[in-house]
Amino acid sequence: MSELMAAVRKDLLLQWRTRAQAVAVFVFGASALLLFSFASGPAAELLRSQAGGFLWLGLMLCSTLALADSFQSETEQHALEALLLLPASARALYYGKALANWLQLALLGVALVPMMVVLYDAGTTNVVALVGVILLGSAGLSAPGTLYAGMTAQTRARQTLLPLLLFPLVVPVLVSAVKATSLVLSGDPMGQAGGWASLLLAFDAIYWSLCGLLFPKVVEE
Amino acid sequence: MVDSLPPAVETLGLGRRFGRRWALADVTLRVPRGVRVMVTGRNGSGKSTLLRVLATALRPDRGSARVAGHDVLTQRESVRRESALLGHSSGLYEALSALENLQVAARFLGTDEGPAALRERLGEYGLGARTEDPVSTFSAGMRKRLSLARTMMQPASVVFLDEPYGELDVEGFALVDGLLQRLRAEGRTVLMSTHLLERGRELCDDALALEQGRLVWTGKAADLPMPGAWSERQRGVA
Repeated sequence: MSELMAAVRKDLLLQWRTRAQAVAVFVFGASALLLFSFASGPAAELLRSQAGGFLWLGLMLCSTLALADSFQSETEQHALEALLLLPASARALYYGKALANWLQLALLGVALVPMMVVLYDAGTTNVVALVGVILLGSAGLSAPGTLYAGMTAQTRARQTLLPLLLFPLVVPVLVSAVKATSLVLSGDPMGQAGGWASLLLAFDAIYWSLCGLLFPKVVEE
Repeated sequence: MVDSLPPAVETLGLGRRFGRRWALADVTLRVPRGVRVMVTGRNGSGKSTLLRVLATALRPDRGSARVAGHDVLTQRESVRRESALLGHSSGLYEALSALENLQVAARFLGTDEGPAALRERLGEYGLGARTEDPVSTFSAGMRKRLSLARTMMQPASVVFLDEPYGELDVEGFALVDGLLQRLRAEGRTVLMSTHLLERGRELCDDALALEQGRLVWTGKAADLPMPGAWSERQRGVA
């Protein structure tokens, strides 16, 4: 547990020190939402109905940048290898980074909500439910994303490889998150959002446990 | 009592390849505990690969190796607890300060060194005035000093130093000389790769030379001939 805390502290500190990159990722996400609204045309009803999907597409695109960045500091001077040789537990290092990435993606998702409200006129009074869905969805992105970012960090084509590997794997998370978000935004008379949120929770549990098991095999030479 | 302990390093037919090229081939050696060994050889002769395999940063493709009695393939965690590696890469976080880098290492090592003790440690390595500065602003020599400080935090019985004098100034050379003497006084084993033959002869007990990944000379450091005189026929086991 102390190693996990050490890993979380290290990754949060690294994210704070490189916060300018997080701002750039947010600007990228906001620009993506703006472009989606242009591409969909001026029909207000259409924009409103697709707001949840656009929010998650924007967040997914942002996630590939943020996740790849999170491993840059680990590989440029072989800092991750140096920690492994201390020896630090590879599993603790994984969960520390995945938790820090989860926090970053969740904050990014929450920060993109006002953009979504303004651009798509898709607001909700049920803010707690929306934040809950964002937390569950971003957890489903960060767990496999951290694993794949670690796997591709040493490759030359990492910016291309990461989305190629990650996107197919997170389709179930994307579908569940979009459905749950759309229901929260447009009203949920049949009470279906809870079911989608439960599905998200199930995927999160699978990804977080499986990826934690696989990460040591990815980083050990 | 001391004799009952396994040797610090023991390898048998150790080999490691990158693609088709064997960077290390059929290396058999035995290093007793508490000895300082100079590892030398031309560029690309396999010095760094040998140290990285022994420190478990790389897996061997052939043969076996034990560090402090632990197998580098099957007991990696135990080898890592017994050894420390100063590598070519600094192993530092560029975005963090010198102090923060040591704090990260201290937390993982579970040591109780607080900021004051770590600042004092940085002072010993000539970085006292730059403790709060990000590593990205450091010169290559300062990075090496910080890497040394970080490596020496590990309570390792076997220390692998890959070109410890590289990028250092004259004061830095004296710092490494002092560290080597300290390690000897503490009874720790050192394998140090270097091109500084005179310095190595002076500071090390034994020496080994590699050529094209093969061990071509072992013996007393003081007896190490110049590179042209290394040959297969002088090969033996230390």
